[in-house]
This record gives sequence, C-alpha cells and structure tokens, in this order.
Amino acid sequence: RDFNERCAQCSEVNWGLTDGGRFYCRSCHNVTERTREVVNTDFITNSRVQTISKGSRKQEKNDGGCEWYICEGFQLVLKKQAEALEALGVCPQMKDEILRNFWRCYLQKSKQAYCKRPAGETVKTLSVCESSTDVDSDSERPSLLHLLSLSESEGDLQTDCSFASSVSKVSESTSVYSGSVDGSSYLMKNQKEKLRMTMPMTLSFCYMALLWLREPITLSELLRFVVEGHIPYLNVFQHFPEKMKLCGLDLKIFCVESWPVYEEVFDKMNELAAYLDLPRFPDITDSCFLHPDMLCMKYLMEANLPDELHNWTCRVVKKIGVGEVDFLTLMPGNKSTRKVKYDVLAAAIIVVVLKLLFLLDDRYEWLLSEFAEERNKHNTEGSPYFEFKKWYEVVKQSLDVELKKLDEERAKYLWRCEKPLFYSVKNKSKVLKRRQMVVNLQNQFGKLSGSVRRAEKPNPSSFQLSWSEENTDGSCFHGHSLRGILREKCGLLTTMNPDYWLCTVKLCNEKLCGHLAHYREVEFPQSYHFVLGLFSFLLRIQPSSIHDEVCMIEHKLFNKKLCKKLKYNTVLRK
Amino acid sequence: SSNEHKLNFKKSKEACLSYIQDALLQKQWKRAAEFLICYVESLEKDYSREHVGPSEMIWRIGTEILWHHSHSSMKEFNCFMEQMKTLGVKRYLKVCLEHVFHLLCNGQIDEAYQNLSLAESWRFGEQTAIQDKEMKLIQAYRGLLDYYSWSKQKNILLEHDEDGFSDLTVEQEMHSYFRKAAVNLKEIIKIPGVWDVFVKCYVDLLEFYGDHNEARQVLNEYAYNSKFPANPNAHVYLYQFLKRQGESKKSLISALKILHDIVPSHELMIDFNTMLQKSKKRKKRRLGLEVIFAALDYAGWKENTKAWSCLARQVKQIVISGKHLDWIQQEWSSRKDWWPAFHFSRYLAKRNWQENESLSYEKALVAGILLGKDCKYFKYVSHQGCKAQLKRFRGLKKFVNRHNPVYLRISG
Repeated sequence: RDFNERCAQCSEVNWGLTDGGRFYCRSCHNVTERTREVVNTDFITNSRVQTISKGSRKQEKNDGGCEWYICEGFQLVLKKQAEALEALGVCPQMKDEILRNFWRCYLQKSKQAYCKRPAGETVKTLSVCESSTDVDSDSERPSLLHLLSLSESEGDLQTDCSFASSVSKVSESTSVYSGSVDGSSYLMKNQKEKLRMTMPMTLSFCYMALLWLREPITLSELLRFVVEGHIPYLNVFQHFPEKMKLCGLDLKIFCVESWPVYEEVFDKMNELAAYLDLPRFPDITDSCFLHPDMLCMKYLMEANLPDELHNWTCRVVKKIGVGEVDFLTLMPGNKSTRKVKYDVLAAAIIVVVLKLLFLLDDRYEWLLSEFAEERNKHNTEGSPYFEFKKWYEVVKQSLDVELKKLDEERAKYLWRCEKPLFYSVKNKSKVLKRRQMVVNLQNQFGKLSGSVRRAEKPNPSSFQLSWSEENTDGSCFHGHSLRGILREKCGLLTTMNPDYWLCTVKLCNEKLCGHLAHYREVEFPQSYHFVLGLFSFLLRIQPSSIHDEVCMIEHKLFNKKLCKKLKYNTVLRK
Repeated sequence: SSNEHKLNFKKSKEACLSYIQDALLQKQWKRAAEFLICYVESLEKDYSREHVGPSEMIWRIGTEILWHHSHSSMKEFNCFMEQMKTLGVKRYLKVCLEHVFHLLCNGQIDEAYQNLSLAESWRFGEQTAIQDKEMKLIQAYRGLLDYYSWSKQKNILLEHDEDGFSDLTVEQEMHSYFRKAAVNLKEIIKIPGVWDVFVKCYVDLLEFYGDHNEARQVLNEYAYNSKFPANPNAHVYLYQFLKRQGESKKSLISALKILHDIVPSHELMIDFNTMLQKSKKRKKRRLGLEVIFAALDYAGWKENTKAWSCLARQVKQIVISGKHLDWIQQEWSSRKDWWPAFHFSRYLAKRNWQENESLSYEKALVAGILLGKDCKYFKYVSHQGCKAQLKRFRGLKKFVNRHNPVYLRISG
C-alpha cells in the first residue's frame, strides 16, 4: 500500500511510524489518524507476548538454560547490529525507533507476536530434553535429517549430519533437537507465506531502516563493514545471554558460514518492505547522500578521477532521469518499477561517462593519452591534462596491492569463535576437545609465524582508496583537466570522441534469467574490464552487476536511436 | 544468480590451503605457519566426504613447517606429533612411524626406540587389524634398532677380545638383541616388498651366528620370488653373499646374469665381464662381450678406464686369435651409428688425452680396431702418445696398423 499523501499541516511527504502504528509527519510531527490496517493495538496477551515483552520466563531448566524463541534471538541480533551502527555514527533514531517499529511490524505480520495466538504452533513445539511419550504423533514429526536438508543455508552445515544422525538414533520419539523452543518448527514453516527470518535478512532490516532515514551508508558499504567485523554478523550468537542455549537446529538458523551477497540482501529488503506493507519511503532528493550526483562525486574521488567528470555524470543523470525523486525513492509493493541500487547506479554512470569520453575500446583512450602527454610536456602552467595512461598505471598499482591484500585476508579469515557450538549434549565434549586442539595448534604455530595477529580491527573507513593532492609525485588526478578531450559545439561542451559502443544491443528479461545482460570478460575491451574491476573492488560486488546497470543506463541514454536503428551494428554515432 | 563467487567457509579454507602450499614450495616457513593458524579451524568442521581431510593436511603441513623452521625445537616437534596422534585414530600408527623417522634423522635413537615400543603395544579395536601393515613396519624398525644395538655390543665384544678380556654380560646382551632383532626382521621380509635394509641386517646376523643356509634361503627368496618386486639390489646382495661364501664361478655368474638383464649399467658389470672373459665356455665369453658393450652404452661409464680396459682386452684377444670376429661385428652393428660421436669424437680425444692418459690408451685401441687406423680418435691419441715417447703407444700403433684389415671386415 502506498502512503503518498501530503501532510495536512505542512504538505510534505515524509512519514514515520509511531509506536502505536500510526503515521506521523516527520517534518511537523503531525500525527494522523491513518493507521495501518494490520495494526492491532489491542494486544491480546498470550504467554508468548508475555515472555517477550516482560521478560519473564518459565523456570530455568537443569542446565541453566531457559526457554527462548527464535524471534527473540533475531531481536537480539538486530539490537546488536543497531548498536554497532550507532557507534559508527548513525543517528540513534534508527535503533530506538525505526528498526524497532519495522521489527514489531514484522512480528505482527508473521504472527510470531503482538497478535492473536498463532495457529497450531505452540502445539507442535516441544522443549529440549523432554522425551515425548506421544507415540501417535511420531509420524508427523519430521526426522532431523529431513529438516536439515530443508533449509536453504549452506551445504557445509548439512554435512554435519553425522552429528545429527547420532541424535536421532538416541531415541526415536524425542522431538527434533534445538535449544530454542521453536527451532524445529521454524525451519518447517512454509517460506512463501511467512517470509521466514534469516541471518542475511537482519542486514536487510538494517539497510531498510538506514534507507528510511536516508543515512549516508550504501548497501555495499554496510556489507563491507559486516565483513570487516564492525557490525555483528558472523558468530553474533556469542552475545546471546548465557541462559539462551544454542544447539541443534538453532545452529542452522543462527550460524553463518558465508558472507552476505549484495543481491540477496537487496532483494530480501524489497520483499520485506512489500511484506510489511510499508508506505512510500522518505524522498531521496538531490541533497541526499544516496542521490547519484552525490555518490558519483564520492566514487570519482575514490577512483582518482578528475573532478571535472562530475559535470558529465550530472548531465547523464539528468538526461536519463535517474536523478528524479520518484525514480530514486523506494515504493514498496510497486512491482513495475525497478528497484534502485544507489551505489551500483552511481558506479555504472561513471563507467558510462568514461566510455563517452574515452570510448574504452583499447585504442582510442591510449591515443588520447598520448596527445595529452604531448601537451603536458609543453604546458607547465595550470592544471595538467588528464592522461589516461598515467591514471591507469597509478590506479592499477594501488588496486593490485589492495586486491592482493583482500585475497589474503579472505584466506586468513577466522570463522570460528570462542563460544563453541554443538548439535547435542552428546557431542559437546568432542566439540570442546577439538576447539582446545585448534587453540593449542594456533598458539604453537603462532610463535613461529612471527607476525602478531591484529587484535583490533582497523577503523572503519568510508574511503578505501585515498589520493592526496599534496603528493608531489603527481599520483592524484582530481585536479586534472579534461581540456584535451573536449571541444565546443554550438556553445556546448562535447566530447572529442564521436563514437560509442553499446555493451549489448538487446537487454535480457531480468525476470527470466535474473540479469539484464551476461558479462564475459573476453568479449569486452581490457580497459572496460579494468574499470569494471575497479568498481567491483570498491563495491565488493561482481563486475557483472555493474555491467548490468551500465547496459540499463545505455539503453535509456540511447533509447531513441536504438528504436530507430535496431538492425545496425553496435557502434553508434552520437 | 550463481553463488559461485559467494565467499564461504569452504572457499576461504581452500584459498588458505593454496597459500600454504605456495609458501611451502618456496620454503617460506614463517608465512606457511601464518596461514596454517587460520587453516586449523577446519578441524571443527566435518569433512568426512573429502578424500584427504584437514586433520591429515594439518599433520603433514605442520610436520614440514616444524621440521624446517629455524626457531622450532625438537621438543615442540614431539609435542606436535603427540597431538597429531590423537587426531586421527585411523592414522595413528602411520603418524607414529613418521615420528620415529624424524627422531632417527635427528639422531635420537633411544627416543625412537621408545616410541616404537609404545606403538607396538597399541590396541584399538578393529583398527588394530586394519592397520596391520603399519604394525609390521613398526616391529621391523624396532628389529632394526635391535640390530643396531646388537652391532654395538658386537664391536665392544671384539674390542675386548683383542684386549684379552672376556665379558659375559656384554655377550649375553648381544645375544638377546640378536633374538629380538631376528624375530622381527624375519617377519617383515616374508611380506613381498622392498626391504633392502632389513634383509642386509638379517643376513648379517645369520652369517655371524653361522646360519649360512638360512641366509642363502632368505637371499634366494628375496631375489627370485616373483611375488617380490623386481629389485636389482636383491641380486647384488645375493652375489656378495655367494662371493663371501667362496661359491663357484658358475653360481656367481648366474647370480649376476639377472642383474645384467635388469640394470646393464650396474657397476658390478665389470666383475661380471672379468669372470665371463676368463671362462672356458664360448657362450660365456660371448656374453661377456655383450655385457661390456652394453655397460659402455651408458653415459656414466664414458670415462671409466677399467671398463674400457676390459673391452680393450677382450677385443684384442679376439683379434689376435682371429676367431669370433663375428661377435665384434654383431655388437658393433647396432652401435656404429652413434658410438663414434658418443665416444670417439676429436673433442673427446683431446680431452681424454689431457685428463687421463690410460683412458685414452684403452679407448684408442678399441677405436682403432672398430673404426680403423684412420679414425680421428686413434690418430690423435696415438700421435700424441708417440710424440710423448710413451712406449706403449708405439706398441698400440703397431698393433692397430697390423690388424687394420679386421676393421675392414667388421665394418662391412
């Protein structure tokens, strides 16, 4: 559902959600009478809600644990993540208000809390270590192995079936094993209906909240911070309180064995926004960080490209209309609009601009560079002409160093943490022994490795590559001029380069194959590949994602010409 | 969308492993250790489907690093090995054995012995039966170390004998080591395999105590039992034994015959040829010629003066007798295309003359007969020899000149 109405008081479209589920205008704090249809302010208390909101619990079991539900676990995770974001400088409103409200909305929608007693669920869940004498319902209860294979998480955990199978051998009639109360039924749920919560989805929640607040963090940055350890994700269950025991199927839910993928988190976020029936998000205007004009500026700086290119990115943005508020602002549930990946869009725009100016066909850009080099020899005043060749060499060198570092970091990544995980009490001792051995070995070889392992993570930074104008070696290109490659035509500045090649003549159907185009390195010029590689590194995504976006932009840009000359070769004259 | 690029635990560890391998190949032990620290986490995951699991990887990699790293001590090494023994029960005995090898390389014989004894007493359900082969090896190596101790006692005893002392305790100890060693060594050599060191030691023991029959039987088995892999050393040991026993030339020759078949370039071919040349039987002499020609086909023999003198002697003898020139012709026919460049080039003539006069003499004789008096090698060497006024070279020149027609016969 959209909520696009203008506020009665101030005529802005800038809505937030109150605790009570009502819309209020952020600009003037006018609370409307409009409430969300599903919001039911009469909370019907059931034992579940009590345990969540009041924190009282059924008495502790003999191993010091308590009863806890999966959604409580996720709530904790979100809380930790929000705290980390706050520490990074995000406004507290995100944690205190927005995220909390989104989460509550989700709980309601999925009928896990804040609603009438969920149908049939409490009946099915059984607590751990209680051997059930209810033999009749055995046939309905799925085997552990079956549940393990149901989940969409990584295959690695599935191979731990050996542990699991030993559990199921123990007693046929015991319930499926988990530390939480509803671990087993959680995995059994029909996904489509209820949008089951997963670890990657916690990041979708965070991003959604950040987007609502229009915080200056892109999704790629968020994910990078996760990988760098600034935002809890891997092994976040360490922060669960002692009495929340994790074992069995909980591991499948909370244990992460791979890094979140941009597309996955992004798609989930959109799914979530629609699921929660959120209204139109706050506007992304040209003063927002996420607006392509702003992001392009940032990425141009990071890519060590001349500031002058910014004029060109703005021109392209304007021409194809990707700077419009309506294009950029998220409208959940509107399936016809393509959802905007702000960072990828900005990067792709820069790539298109580079293609416009330099053609990037592995010939023309070097020719231009030679001319620039010549001119620079004779020109000592003013800013130097931008030489593509020099830029390439400088950037490539730094990029190679960074890529190598990244590769090594990935190989050296430590996935396990101090808090051990075990499927059941039976293999606890084995797991602990293994852990001890690992620690011993690490100590032993640590003495031989010489280098001290970084105890703290490096400070999170928004810029991965930085170039200083103060360097006298000329390795910073921000101030360089594009004079050599521009000319005047009818009072407008245009490029010397008259040509352009399209990445693809026809776009694929994204819904069918998931992509707009299919990128294969060998089919494109090396310079193009290099530029894609640069932004692929900065955004930590596959080059093909940027390539898709480039295709999309090109088709918008050359739309008219394409329609006319569909059968032509791919090189068009502008 | 494809998840191939997704970075996960498995991929991360694979990358880690390849970094370790690179570091090991470049002998960067510190760097390998750095990455190994990250790799050991793999122990906490189940890899039962992989062919080589992380525990084996860690054992092998860790062993290499600790063995070569300058800062690592034997104490640390031993501690590591003990941990590795607990890691994989299916590999227990193998790890024990390799640990023992390392100890031996480090000269720690006593510790090695202790480890072997400990391993021998290990029992683990059905694993004991499965790892039967490794157990036999462990017993065999313990036998080997017993032999070593026996040997030491024997030397002490011999010393004392010389000095006129008699020492009962030493003698008794020696005998007890013998018994222990013999039992284990005998067992392992029953199994088909390559057991050179065990066989040698066992035979040594048997000979000392006078059990020549058993020794002969063992060596025959080792050399001739077709179940055992073909092993030139088996024949060498047998030959040496027979020689020690003063056996007849006939049995010595039969022992070396197979060696010639397997390894025509073996150093014993000289002895073989010498025996064969002297034989009364024509067939044996013929074989002798074949043997010596075959040996000289190999580059390692090019500058072996003794070998050339054998060939020269036999060739000379044949030429003088005038009989069996066809033998030379037969041997030469397959070699005449390449031996001239291989052995008798002008360059070699100069070099041989400079470095080794005797070698050049023998070779020149052979060259002169096979290639005639006008061949480069003979001409150069004989000229140099005569210039230096060496008597035998004058004789050589005369001989070859006199028998030049032979060359014409054999080259046709």
